[in-house]
Amino acid sequence: MIDVDIELVQGSFTLAARIRIDSAAAALFGPSGAGKTTILDAIAGLRTPRSGSIVVDGRVLFSSKDRINLPPQQRRVGYVPQDVALFPHMNVRRNLLYGRHPGLSPDLDRVVGMLEIDRLLDRRVTDLSGGERQRVALGRALMSGPSLLLLDEPLAAVDVPLRRRILPYLLRVRDHLRVPIVYVSHDREEVEALADVVVRLDAGRVVGVDTPGTRLMP
Amino acid sequence: MDAWRIAWFTVLCATGATLIVLPPAVVIAWLLARRTFPGRAVVETIVSLPLVMPPVATGLILLMLLSRRGPIGRVLERFGIDVVFTWKAVVLAMALMGLPLLVRTALAGFEQVNVRYERVAATLGASPARIFLTISLPLAWPSVLAGAVLAFARGLGEFGATIVVAGSIPGATRTLAVAIYGYTETGRDSDALVLLLISVAIAFAALWSAHRLVERRPA
Repeated sequence: MIDVDIELVQGSFTLAARIRIDSAAAALFGPSGAGKTTILDAIAGLRTPRSGSIVVDGRVLFSSKDRINLPPQQRRVGYVPQDVALFPHMNVRRNLLYGRHPGLSPDLDRVVGMLEIDRLLDRRVTDLSGGERQRVALGRALMSGPSLLLLDEPLAAVDVPLRRRILPYLLRVRDHLRVPIVYVSHDREEVEALADVVVRLDAGRVVGVDTPGTRLMP
Repeated sequence: MDAWRIAWFTVLCATGATLIVLPPAVVIAWLLARRTFPGRAVVETIVSLPLVMPPVATGLILLMLLSRRGPIGRVLERFGIDVVFTWKAVVLAMALMGLPLLVRTALAGFEQVNVRYERVAATLGASPARIFLTISLPLAWPSVLAGAVLAFARGLGEFGATIVVAGSIPGATRTLAVAIYGYTETGRDSDALVLLLISVAIAFAALWSAHRLVERRPA
């Protein structure tokens, strides 16, 4: 269960969002400038809301009332930014193991097997294709043993055929590792394939929540 | 030969000065690149001062601070440490003059590191110290190294601050630049020429390696 109720001001933009998610995969859907990435950043601890609270599985990550603001290091939230940001000076293996946490992390073999990146381990990240980079970034986030996975437009940078190839990996993460996913997208096809809850945002506000029964997508 | 001793002494002092100034300069550069704090502009200005002030004036400040009656010199004297007109003063003068070059070059390097890498590292559980040592510093390393080479080269040519705070004592504080000036003043032109050629060779090698390092800087 993810419970976000925050107000966040960023220049002239104000985000005021109240979101409760109790599903395996939720999409934040909306036009650019709607505040989707800002919500992910707030959950990850990379931006501090002016007020409100962020609770994941009963764990308070942020609460302005109780003056709680866990640093990103303590949030156990795996974050894959839009540009994936693989560490360019490390090979694939060192990227994957960077956030390894004894006792929390899944088995490396299992993760690389699931994402089919086992043959890439000794490659330089600068030599990877777009799809490979996405999968390595996903694996790196998973290897930190997160209780929640945040993906910012995970498939935006790849073309449609590649998108269709990466989607199954996201479904595997959702179904086999049982790490809940919150991800940002403005692609309907992708949202329909992966998410069981769609939070629609516009101009910093939640304008609707669609569940499979009430799906409003055309 | 005297020339080689002077050259060797100068290289040693410049190396020592660079090593001394490297850790604080890197920390200051990183703070300026990544943190906002009260007095940030003041720190930036003070660090850059030796770059714009006459080196002789910088030397005079050092002399006032470090002489036996100066605030720092008085404390050091209690521990039996004498700085002024010794090799230590040479190293300090070189370090101070190299500081702005090192900070500015390293700062540019840290600013080029995409802040996304550091943020992702934080979400992966890395402490700020670990992020600095495993992400920021390695990615900014070519610039830090280039800055160190520039500071070293600056140290080699240091004259104004050195002559004020360390003097020109043969075999004790006489560096290449100070010796060249001394030889020229006393009409020993051929000795000055030898030192001049040595200076050019060392400075050329240092700057050439700095350029190579900057060119190899990752995008």
